[in-house]
Amino acid sequence: MKITFPHMGNMHIAVKALFKELKIETIPPPPVSQRTLELGVKYSPEFACLPLKVNVGNFIEAMEIGADTILMAGGWGPCRFGYYAQIERDILNDLGFSFDMIILEAPESRVTDLLNQLRLIGENVSIWQMVKAVNYTWHKLKAIDYWEKCYERYLGPALDKQAVNDLYNQGLQQIDEADTKQKVTRTLQELETQIKQIPQHNKPVLNIGLIGEVYTILEPATNYNIIRQLGELNVTISRSIYMSDWVNDHLLKGMVIKSNHKHIVNCAEPYLNYWVGGHGQETIGYAVDFARQKYDGLIQIGPLTCMPEIVAQSILGKVSIEQGIPCMTLYFDEHSGTAGISTRLEAFVDMLGRKQVGQQIISEGGF
Amino acid sequence: MTRVGIPHGLFYYYYYPWWKTFFNYLGAEVVCSNPTTRLTVDQGIGAAVDEICFPLKVYFGHVLELKRYELDWIFIPRMVSVEHRSYICPKFMGLPDMIRASIPDLPPIIDITVDVSQSNRILKRDLLQLGKLFTSRESRIREAIKRAREEQNFCDTLASQGYTREEAIQLWEGKATHSFQAPILNLGVLGHGYSLYDAVINMNLINHLRNMGCRLWFPESLDADDVETSAATIPKRVFWTLGRKMVGSAIHLSQQPEIDGIIYLACFGCGPDSLIGEIIERQINDKPYMLLTVDEHSGETGMITRLEAFCDMLLRRKNTGNEDNISAHGQYAYCRQSTI
Repeated sequence: MKITFPHMGNMHIAVKALFKELKIETIPPPPVSQRTLELGVKYSPEFACLPLKVNVGNFIEAMEIGADTILMAGGWGPCRFGYYAQIERDILNDLGFSFDMIILEAPESRVTDLLNQLRLIGENVSIWQMVKAVNYTWHKLKAIDYWEKCYERYLGPALDKQAVNDLYNQGLQQIDEADTKQKVTRTLQELETQIKQIPQHNKPVLNIGLIGEVYTILEPATNYNIIRQLGELNVTISRSIYMSDWVNDHLLKGMVIKSNHKHIVNCAEPYLNYWVGGHGQETIGYAVDFARQKYDGLIQIGPLTCMPEIVAQSILGKVSIEQGIPCMTLYFDEHSGTAGISTRLEAFVDMLGRKQVGQQIISEGGF
Repeated sequence: MTRVGIPHGLFYYYYYPWWKTFFNYLGAEVVCSNPTTRLTVDQGIGAAVDEICFPLKVYFGHVLELKRYELDWIFIPRMVSVEHRSYICPKFMGLPDMIRASIPDLPPIIDITVDVSQSNRILKRDLLQLGKLFTSRESRIREAIKRAREEQNFCDTLASQGYTREEAIQLWEGKATHSFQAPILNLGVLGHGYSLYDAVINMNLINHLRNMGCRLWFPESLDADDVETSAATIPKRVFWTLGRKMVGSAIHLSQQPEIDGIIYLACFGCGPDSLIGEIIERQINDKPYMLLTVDEHSGETGMITRLEAFCDMLLRRKNTGNEDNISAHGQYAYCRQSTI
């Protein structure tokens, strides 16, 4: 059994670690490329949202290099994601691939169901080994999140952006290679000291909150690497969601860590008073939260036609006015020209920069 | 007299008799916006964000129309779930919030949450609370709910006679009648009710087809149990109420020998439709199937051409009988077993 799974940012590092502990061979799909997207677009329903298309591309490419089992998450709506696995299976079957598909569902929201499902995939794994494996994976997941946060924080103020980018990629590789919990922790500490030593410029740095749909936030290939682009415009980013949050909330139903989910939902009131599937309510909640923390601006991203994000987008305008924070919404589809996005990001950042300078002048008593 | 406004869109088509009876019985006057026109559409497009689906833009237009009337309340329910373990669509779940954020200075909104995915206990409690806006007598509210349900059932029965939901509502109000000609083709026509039965959103699809001599079968014309049984034949239960109805109807219709073809009307940007269209396409192999996608584009000619071509093809197939399994494409794109 050679398991593959869809890409979502740096999730493959953690999933690889998990299956290594469970003694299962994994074949992660090649990194998301233009070809991945082309394959996905060719075989997926025209109006399906972007993550489905990337998933299909991932699976095809992974099976080309020898994978024979697909691991995919399920769900019970109302967001389309819950039905992805079914559609993907039909598409791949019709293309003539022969494979098994394992769909992780947590129907009654019980974490034990999920762990049992995972254990059944593994070969002769005891419960103790299972718990150890999950624990180690979780640790790695947190490490990746932390490293991503460092990157987002230090890229904006850095003088030499390339050095930070190189160190980030190198760091991911080192975390991937670290094979015990202790090594992961040590690697992370070393990496953090290194990234702190990269010289910084003294120009003004803007803080932008990145909110929106989870997949487009996590997977740089679907968002034109927006974090890097913004970082190179001297912006530090805070994201509304990290991988561990998604795993905790979506797969483990909030069992592992106590998240600040409740606080965020409270923030969404009175703008959006109901859960709307996906991360629509969280998007609004974080928008308010970031605004209260005096961020300079917000960028909402999502795949085109994403239902929960459209609800959030409709309401974001009011949040923007009442909380006094500039917002911009970007939707992504298979269109691959980066120039349009770069222009819009630059314009937005310029505008925020000018606003900051203007406020400074006012607070210093005018001209 | 208290005046309650109900926008003529979205779940109006499914539940208007219920709502109207309920409010009327409690002594309120119901003001419904007029059927969709181009003006409604234009106003709606102006008020809603670009990416939202067409029926919702139209709904925004209806709310804007109601805003011009002197109303005490405006009824915009939050339709989360109308049956066990199913949802409608995320956009419906945020509808009152979206309206509130996009259209200022509205009369107070009645945004009762309809969620029976777990149990209908909370809905009952909320309905009683809602009724208290109009009367203090709980027995009267209970009676209103009972009557509303009866009227709804009556209208549903009308809809099962081959009328569209809009026509059924007109009949229920004692207005219009429609006579059917002897059909030359039997077509299944599927789609979300709020787009399928709105003559502006569907670009007159229903009238055009009827004028071409087609008898139309809607999801409501079919037996609900048959639809559910057919929908249960696919591996994972579809968790959108309307989506599951469409899949079930399509599979059921494809097994009926008298049905000549199936048309699915989807809206551009509709989340469930993007996957439901795909599922249906894979499930029905032996009936001609056409997917039409509409948006605010208003030229009807393109639609008529496609409908005529589809009907011509079906007629030829029916009359000559020799075009059965020959696809112009060379092979069926989605057929499981090779047919040639």
